[in-house]
Amino acid sequence: MQSLILRTATRLLVSLILVFSIYLLFSGHNSPGGGFSGALVAATGFALYTIAEGPASVRRAIRIDPRRLIVFGLALALASGLAAVFAGKPFLTGLWWTVAELPDYTLVLGTPFFFDVGVYAIVLGTILTIILALEES
Amino acid sequence: MAASLKHRREWIARASCVLPLGLFLGACALVPATAADGSHRLSLPWIPELGINLSFMLDGLSVFFALIISGIGFFVTVYAADYLHGHRHTGRFFVFLHAFMLSMLGLVTADNVIALFVFWELTTIFSYLLIGFEHEEAASRKSARQALLVTGAGGLALLVGFLLLEMISGTYEISRMIPQASPIGAHPLYGAVLFLIFIGAFTKSAQFPFHFWLPNAMAAPAPISAFLHSATMVKGGIYLLARFHPILGGGGAWTCTLMIIGAITAVGGAVLAMGQSDLKKILAYTTITALGIMTMFLGGKTTPSLTAAMTFLLVHSLYKSALFLVAGIIDHQTGTRRLEELGGLLRPMPATAFAAAAACLSMAGFPLFFGFIGKEIMYKGALAEAMCPELAAGAAVLSNALMTAVGAILVIRPFLGRSAGYPAPVREAGVFMWCGPVVLGGIGIIFGIVPDFVGRWLVGPAVHAFHFSVEDIGLSLFHGINEPLLLSMLTLAMGLGFYLTHRRLFQWIKSASEKIPVTAERVYDGCVNGVGRLGRLQTRILQNGSLHRYFFIVAAAFLLSVGYGFLSRAQGFPEVVPPDLALRQWLWVFGITAAVITVLVTRILLLAICALGVIGAGLAILFLSFGAPDLALTQLLVETLTVVIVSMILFRLPGAGSETKGRLSRRLFDGLLAAGSGVLVTTLLLAVLSTELDRTITAFFERNSYLVAHGKNIVNVILVDFRSMDTLGEIVVVATAGLAGYALIQNRRRE
Repeated sequence: MQSLILRTATRLLVSLILVFSIYLLFSGHNSPGGGFSGALVAATGFALYTIAEGPASVRRAIRIDPRRLIVFGLALALASGLAAVFAGKPFLTGLWWTVAELPDYTLVLGTPFFFDVGVYAIVLGTILTIILALEES
Repeated sequence: MAASLKHRREWIARASCVLPLGLFLGACALVPATAADGSHRLSLPWIPELGINLSFMLDGLSVFFALIISGIGFFVTVYAADYLHGHRHTGRFFVFLHAFMLSMLGLVTADNVIALFVFWELTTIFSYLLIGFEHEEAASRKSARQALLVTGAGGLALLVGFLLLEMISGTYEISRMIPQASPIGAHPLYGAVLFLIFIGAFTKSAQFPFHFWLPNAMAAPAPISAFLHSATMVKGGIYLLARFHPILGGGGAWTCTLMIIGAITAVGGAVLAMGQSDLKKILAYTTITALGIMTMFLGGKTTPSLTAAMTFLLVHSLYKSALFLVAGIIDHQTGTRRLEELGGLLRPMPATAFAAAAACLSMAGFPLFFGFIGKEIMYKGALAEAMCPELAAGAAVLSNALMTAVGAILVIRPFLGRSAGYPAPVREAGVFMWCGPVVLGGIGIIFGIVPDFVGRWLVGPAVHAFHFSVEDIGLSLFHGINEPLLLSMLTLAMGLGFYLTHRRLFQWIKSASEKIPVTAERVYDGCVNGVGRLGRLQTRILQNGSLHRYFFIVAAAFLLSVGYGFLSRAQGFPEVVPPDLALRQWLWVFGITAAVITVLVTRILLLAICALGVIGAGLAILFLSFGAPDLALTQLLVETLTVVIVSMILFRLPGAGSETKGRLSRRLFDGLLAAGSGVLVTTLLLAVLSTELDRTITAFFERNSYLVAHGKNIVNVILVDFRSMDTLGEIVVVATAGLAGYALIQNRRRE
């Protein structure tokens, strides 16, 4: 679709949308958001980009095949679950590490976060796979 | 370069014979120990909670089988490297071959029935892969599938039989079931167990009426026929019957079934063998005969008849594998396996001729050959049986006489006979090919000379492993002039008679067997085709490619199943409480209603899609106003993407955007279905609201979300931590759906 307004607006919007998507992914554990909604936001961004610039430029921009993103996500989610097995706990039990002791706050990182990143990758990869295939057909 | 690569592959294949050789030597080393003091057990925990262990037992019976498997496996490996010379799937062949051999060894040494079942199915799978080795030929694929389905179905019956046995005896270990033989025999489920285990054994060992897969399995390369379909895998069922003889055997049902089925199989196989002209088919039908004879004698409970079964098993493994390898050599060197096209091969192929003669004389049961000993003990066993010895002896004499004639045909016609015209001069095969059959045939002579040695170290321990008596099994060269000897003479005389009339018998059996109206194979074909037809029928009804049909089926199934389940338990219509909404919430409700009406009345596709999006967004905002930001966020995003993707799809559909909406009656019906689904969902939700909400789970999450899972957003903590197993399942579904959708789109594009 050759619309100057859409293309110019898209350039501005897509980067904002993607930043917001990453923000949702990271903040999801304590405020609304999470891997699933983060991935949906990113997918809307890419859908917008697809409509404005065409699927070829989206493929160039994301560099990796979205199908690989699905595989990566599945592998990461499984690995985050298996980590607990190697630590001698039931599959998918959350393991937590303290990253930093701040004066009024303790920053922790755990396997559920990586699980969430896996969800993010799968959902984004799936939607991108479908959207790009549809646009290219 | 390519030639040297092929050459190297062939040497690697040949070198892989150290695996069976090592196993054979290992099994040899175990012979003195098992012959002296019974069994040795080894148990590794596998699923100990369920009583399933990888436990193995080495006793006379398993070592006896292990020797046959690894010994013949060695010669087959050496032979196959030359037989397959230059075949592009040589590597695959040897992997399958050795994997089969290891599973077969597992089968005969397993003490836990679940482990036994796993090995049993593994042999079925490798047999499938090896029968279908020439997978580019349709006949080969069909035979492979047939063998897989028949023996696989038998394997499933066997599994159920094993589970029932565990219910009765409380253990999966065979060695612990043996002391409970009498309670098992008295149990009401005994009959079912017996039936299921018989189905397993009969399908594997090609007993009537499951015999038909074995001749078709001759589509496999000759070394595979020699190894799997004569010497080892088809003996799996015989092994099973022997192994369970002390647990289930000896009763009237056991003896009667095995005697009758064994006798029918033995005589039927031998008669059909006379009506064949393909060397491998002849050998396949005589293998069925041999398996029938073993089954028949395992029906007995006296030492002579069980000894007969085990002795004949050894005799048969030796001569039949040699004969299959000979048939492979003939095929390899002359290009044909048809009896009428062969002749005069003695001069060009002396070593092969020697092997064939030694094996055939053993098969015919001539004195001084091991086959003679096997036949003598067979007649002794048949006459010693309490239950109808005439039947067993008669079936044994008849089938042995026919096998004698077959043996004579197999030596005389290809090797002596008039030389047939071959397209190229025939030469002897390489030493790696003929050494196997020569040694196997030669062992038949050596064992025939030292039967008491064989009896003491091989057959005796095998028999005593499942037949607990101290009685000597009594294998010897000459028993004096008695009934078995007379029956042997009668057999040879009858065999001579059958040989002299074999051309007439061939024509007669061939035309008669074509006239049989119902055969087991046709029943099998009918079943397989029936399943195919059923599949096509249900695809035509349920998956005709119309999106309308799919939606209809899903909605109707939902309406019927959920609606029935709800109505059958509902106590009146749930109470409708007027909702307590603020003004802005009422505004959104009206907005959603307006969007619904728009969807229904509009004829512009894009407008309908957008209106659907408005419905979703309105709901999201309602969620938000009730304090569910996560739900609202997700709902809003899903709606946005749905609008984008649906419009992408709809504008690509042929004829989309036009206003065809179908006939009025169909629209009316669709409308009713939609309205019904809507009413049902509403009623369900009202019913949910009218019951007291159980807050214990909510309280648990509120308490533990931050303390245990370090998260303040309970929704997300549930998704990625408390209920992450559910999420894992869901993302697998998402990924699968995505890839499947991709495949569908690509498929359309290619068309």
